[in-house]
Amino acid sequence: MTAQLEQKAEGARVTGRQPRSSKQNGRKDHRGTERRFATWWWFTPALLALVLIHYAPSAIGAFFAFTNWKGLGKWQFVGWDNFAAIAEGGPTTTALINTFIIGISFVVLTNVLGLLLALGLNRTVKSRNVIRTLIFAPVVLSSLATSYIWKFIFEQDGPLNEFLASIGLESLQRTWLGDPSTVLPAIIIVMVWQNVGLVMVMYLAGLATVSPELEEAASLDGASLWQRFNYVVLPAIMPSVVIAMTLMLINGLRVFDQIQALTGGGPYGASETLAVTIYKETFVMGRFGFGAALALVMSVIIIILTVAQRLLLRTNSKG
Amino acid sequence: MFRYTKKTLFREALLILVAFIFLLPFYFLINLALKNGSDALTTSAMQLVTNPTLDAFGQAIQGGRQATLMDGMLNSIIITAGSVLVLVAVGSISAYTLSRRTGKLSKAALGLILVTMVLPAQAAIIPIYVGMRNVGLVGTHAGTIIMYAGALLPISIFLYMGFTNGIARDYEEAAQIDGASRFTVFRKIIFPLLSPATGTVAIFTGLIVWNDFFTGLIFLNGSDAVTLPVVIYNFVGESVSEWNVIFAAIIISMIPIMAFFLFAQKQFIQGFTGGVKS
Repeated sequence: MTAQLEQKAEGARVTGRQPRSSKQNGRKDHRGTERRFATWWWFTPALLALVLIHYAPSAIGAFFAFTNWKGLGKWQFVGWDNFAAIAEGGPTTTALINTFIIGISFVVLTNVLGLLLALGLNRTVKSRNVIRTLIFAPVVLSSLATSYIWKFIFEQDGPLNEFLASIGLESLQRTWLGDPSTVLPAIIIVMVWQNVGLVMVMYLAGLATVSPELEEAASLDGASLWQRFNYVVLPAIMPSVVIAMTLMLINGLRVFDQIQALTGGGPYGASETLAVTIYKETFVMGRFGFGAALALVMSVIIIILTVAQRLLLRTNSKG
Repeated sequence: MFRYTKKTLFREALLILVAFIFLLPFYFLINLALKNGSDALTTSAMQLVTNPTLDAFGQAIQGGRQATLMDGMLNSIIITAGSVLVLVAVGSISAYTLSRRTGKLSKAALGLILVTMVLPAQAAIIPIYVGMRNVGLVGTHAGTIIMYAGALLPISIFLYMGFTNGIARDYEEAAQIDGASRFTVFRKIIFPLLSPATGTVAIFTGLIVWNDFFTGLIFLNGSDAVTLPVVIYNFVGESVSEWNVIFAAIIISMIPIMAFFLFAQKQFIQGFTGGVKS
């Protein structure tokens, strides 16, 4: 994307000499013609924000990951101890595994269902605009608030168990969020419900770029539905695929709201993810150093998986 | 080829069914919030409310030990409006500067902005919290606005640059020949031209700030400046299994954003997907 932005910037550059205006904003302009519009002073608030909210805190956070800092008072270097503790097993390992499970199932489910919905709603269906709006609605709502609706649905005497009873499946009834074997799928359902509308809209935007003539031509040449999708539709929506998968992967790995609302990480840590553990360790237990180490691990995992996914998609789309 | 056939009818029916199931949670939400306390406990959640009442809404508005829903609403409005204002002002002028200053410095600044996307944001929030605590900004509107505006500024600059790069210089040159200062050129000519981008930035960042729970929980919980999600979170903790009251509170918290969404759904969807894509 940088390359693209830079290219545009280059393209917009004015060549040739322009009359120099003498006094603007009380400052004399001694430089060349390119400096006539805007001044670097205008960038200082942004620079301050970049340094104070992004660079300095990231550097300091990475630094304290190697200490036993408690947020107050003295601290000592502990080397790689925090990271060793994370790798040692126990609750953090569960959180790590849960984060992977949730992240990956979330990417797959939102994209498959989002694409199916988009394909279904693309063209001809009369109620497509209404359905699109309705399915998009959860996207604009607070994921914390919507999670509480689902918490109620999953309750012991909630609608889901009631529904199972009404169709004679009492044997399937359970406390969905209190059972370690069902808590993760339940959380994933809530996350997918909240986000599938966004993915659908991104795919609809991609599908709008597919030329109907090309599809029609392929169909006349005897291409099957699958061939039409694979050779005509998929190449056209590949940019949407890349964006949607990247975004959902990052969001899935960072999940916090839904878990905090639905289970708080329970039962017995069975649904803890990295973000939830970081919150607890840092802001509930006050172990800032350990929390920072966990946060660093989480950031690195996100970066590695995002890059890996991009590379995978690139080779696939070429092949 | 794309005519309405029997197959399409089947597809349409299937999609309507899917949408129906998809919206069931909202049915439970509204239905239960309209029930009174005893009905909420004794009748089935699927059963339509027989004697709708607004009792639960009254309780929800009065409830909240530390901060009421209305406090939360007001705080959310102040913090969201403040953050969006800063993001629009700083984002637009920074993007404009970067598109008009095309030297090495500009490339360096762009790189600086790009790299923020891979910085360990989760690790950064801890030092920001400690730093703000030391200068007394934790638990204040101003501190939270600074935090949000700073965090979302790179995205806002990118969104604006998609537009500033495409603006021809003719207007600016003409205005400058007429004696307008650089800032007047920006304020009177560039900024109005950027209004589509301003819409995208406002909707995209505004939604993120309005719905954000994590930052509010850390920076604001326990203070007077708590935002709506934090109020809801505490509210649920205080009203154990009074689901009709909890749901009433949730509905109240959703009203502003839902109203916006239904009035301007096209802009919302475009703004949000536009923001996501950058």
